Amino acid sequence: MTSETGAAEAATQSAHAEEHHTSTGISNEKLAMWVFLGSECLLFGGLISVYMFNKGRIGPNDVGPNDVFDIPFTSVSSFVLLMSSLTMVFAVSSIARGDLRGNRIWLTTTAALGATFVAGQVYEFTAFYSEGLGFTTNLFGSAFYALTGFHGAHVTIGIIMLMSLLVMSLRGNLTQERAETVEIIGLYWHFVDIVWIVIFTIVYLFPQ
Amino acid sequence: MTITDRTITAPEETLALPAGPTIAHRPLGVFTRPQGSEGWTSWLFTVDHKRIGIMYGAAALFFFLVGGAEALFIRLQLATPNGSVIGAGTYNGVFTMHGVTMVFLVIMPMAAAFANYLLPLQVGARDVAFPRLNAFSFWCFLAGGLLLTSSVLIGGWFQNAPDGGWFAYAPNTGLLFSPSKGIDFYAVGLQILGVASLVSAINLIVTVLNMRTKGMSFFRMPVLTWMLLITQFLLLFALPVITVALFLLMFDRLWDANFFNVEAGADPLLWQHLFWIFGHPEVYILILPAFGIVSEIIPTFARKPLFGYHFMVASGIAIGFMGWGVWAHHMFTSGVGPLSVAAFSVSTMFIAVPTGVKILNWLATMYRGRLRFTTPMLYAVGVVSMFTIGGLSGVTHAIAPSDTQQTDTYYIVAHFHYVIFGGALLGLFGGFYYWWPKAFGYKLNEGWGKASFWVMLIGFNFTFGPMHILGLQGMSRRIATYRADEGFALWNMVATISSFVIALGVAMFFWNVFVSTRNWRRAGRPDVGPDPWDARGLEWMTASPVPEHNFDSEIEVERLDEFWHRKYGKDESGRIVRAAPTSEVAHDGSNTNVHLPSPSYWPIVLGGGILLVGYGIIYNLWLAAAGLVLLVAAIYGWILEPADDPDAAGHHDDHSDDGDDHGDPGSNGGPSGNGDSAETEGPEDRGGDSAETEEEAATVG
Repeated sequence: MTSETGAAEAATQSAHAEEHHTSTGISNEKLAMWVFLGSECLLFGGLISVYMFNKGRIGPNDVGPNDVFDIPFTSVSSFVLLMSSLTMVFAVSSIARGDLRGNRIWLTTTAALGATFVAGQVYEFTAFYSEGLGFTTNLFGSAFYALTGFHGAHVTIGIIMLMSLLVMSLRGNLTQERAETVEIIGLYWHFVDIVWIVIFTIVYLFPQ
Repeated sequence: MTITDRTITAPEETLALPAGPTIAHRPLGVFTRPQGSEGWTSWLFTVDHKRIGIMYGAAALFFFLVGGAEALFIRLQLATPNGSVIGAGTYNGVFTMHGVTMVFLVIMPMAAAFANYLLPLQVGARDVAFPRLNAFSFWCFLAGGLLLTSSVLIGGWFQNAPDGGWFAYAPNTGLLFSPSKGIDFYAVGLQILGVASLVSAINLIVTVLNMRTKGMSFFRMPVLTWMLLITQFLLLFALPVITVALFLLMFDRLWDANFFNVEAGADPLLWQHLFWIFGHPEVYILILPAFGIVSEIIPTFARKPLFGYHFMVASGIAIGFMGWGVWAHHMFTSGVGPLSVAAFSVSTMFIAVPTGVKILNWLATMYRGRLRFTTPMLYAVGVVSMFTIGGLSGVTHAIAPSDTQQTDTYYIVAHFHYVIFGGALLGLFGGFYYWWPKAFGYKLNEGWGKASFWVMLIGFNFTFGPMHILGLQGMSRRIATYRADEGFALWNMVATISSFVIALGVAMFFWNVFVSTRNWRRAGRPDVGPDPWDARGLEWMTASPVPEHNFDSEIEVERLDEFWHRKYGKDESGRIVRAAPTSEVAHDGSNTNVHLPSPSYWPIVLGGGILLVGYGIIYNLWLAAAGLVLLVAAIYGWILEPADDPDAAGHHDDHSDDGDDHGDPGSNGGPSGNGDSAETEGPEDRGGDSAETEEEAATVG
């Protein structure tokens, strides 16, 4: 970026003077994650639309939302997932400060909170199933499991990525210079959390 | 032009990786990296955007022959009343696969070929942002294409081919009405193709946004770059919508979900909405690359700058936005209600405006230009005229009462062939002729090229022109036979004969490739020079074929059509005169001291894993599990593999700018040695790959 290059415009070996620099100033990896999350918005947008389109299409005697939802339970697990966003922020800020030990602790905590949420979802699915709502039972069942299942799969992927980061960190490969890696995974994690806020509101809290 | 005295071996030397052949480095002590840039294995493991582009083009041409053969079967069946060439069941499979193949396996990958080859060159970059992901996009596309195409052979000739039409309306695609495996192949195959396109879209968007060379601001980018960028954004946002639809379809068929189960209260219109919310942007995904190609060809051969560059770009962006607001014009007769019909009718008429702007600007570019009617120019003019016909019949569809009469008739078939064949495909073929010397170092034969163009154009017009008449006479599409007393016989026979004329034109194209290659080799492989057409874009500023490192040095761009302005200036009286010979302006590709991303095994392994998962979902979940294991292994192998072979390091000179090893923006003081570049591609890989993994996870689990 500096004027070191000035005179040697055509010189091929001068590129050292260039910083690691992109046209937008955002690194390729981070930009790719943003772009990918843009696409994910449409994926969840589509799934949420499908749910809203279908949730009321059940017969009078079918198992419906009011028969199965346990709002206090899901509120708690939603709270757990939201707290994991907070710990994710701590993970990002700790590695940015070079606090590798703190980073490991917060990565582990975030993954554990995420896993708690997924475990809650598994419990919830089992409970719903025992109450008579299967994937194939009716349109509400198909739409509900498809939407929340897709979200759960996203959280699971996130946990796997966090655990991979932790392993990298323990092997000494995740240092302060690579704080952005954690930040990018954090973007994904926050996105998945935000999507859950939307899903929780629309699926559980909207009047059925 | 520089018909230089460069030796024949020179390009091969420049293509050689600086790494040398004797590296035995094993990342994590497991695998060696693939080495070398010659032989067929180097193509399997390449991460070079130009080779990937060429492979996209070759694969698309292969599928073009498949889809073309299917088209000929359709025409043979319909040649005479009460046709009995292939029978109604096979006919359903043939027309479905013709549509699916031509849309997803021909036009889209052909556009991807140009996008891969040209985008980095046009913005002056060394490669795409993520070279290995780029290779993965190709292998994933090939996996999806082979899976889909294999459906016509597995279990008997067209026994398991998709048979619901390319838009596969529910509930026809349910197990009740379509009990074969065909729709499963459709759902799984398109999802795999979707992953490929999505990854490619992310990669190319980041490339254009982030890797433009110095001075290459957005409004100095060529129109082709713009159109391809818009196309990638459309893909990015349209693909997840059809992914949702395909998942629902798959869940219904494989695991008894109820999304399209009318008995359980489902509304099959859901499929139509989801499909066309994807499907209409898809129309622009097909046509915008061709618009971009035409916008490159016409200024070159009119020897004038493109008329109204900013309007061209703005109209492309407008199409990109408005394309999202017209989907229900595919559903005027489905009962969406008068208000929807009126609204979508109006929005459809509006979208003709930016398209009209483009047509007008191409005409204005040619107006009073010094036209050279080379083969690419013929194709470009063909696009302008044929697309105008297709666009006009499209406007008649915007008028809902008229459309109600035309729905599902051959008038529709005529319309979309005029825009997709007459628009997209002719444009892409023009692109082949135009950039062929850039990619391969020699021009295709002009005589054969022009002859094949005219044969194709005449065949095309006599195949699809009469379909307007047939449609207005009331002939339904997708019906395998018609009666003799319906009055359709004459024009059907004309269309069938003409479809073989198109086939002849296509054969002449392939013959042209063969002859031109042979003649070039016999003549001792003469160098065509960097700029055989006297063109304007940066891609012409380096040697032909483009050396592996693209440009010898970074180019600083000061205005639109930079290369042209370096060649030409104005004299005192304002006349345009040659300022410098091309040989002085263009790079000769002699700089071999450029660090390039290393080839990798993992993209093709990952593609193979996805192929196994695909077949596994259709036939046996254990196979899918095996594929998943391979897939996960490939992802971790990929992440743990340094983006650059550490042993190829040593001169982190040019390439490090271009994105593969973004250790730490801001500090470039530290040595970019072995460990540094090691896992920096990790996050992006996780990001990109998570798309696959989560889809697989959801699919399998």
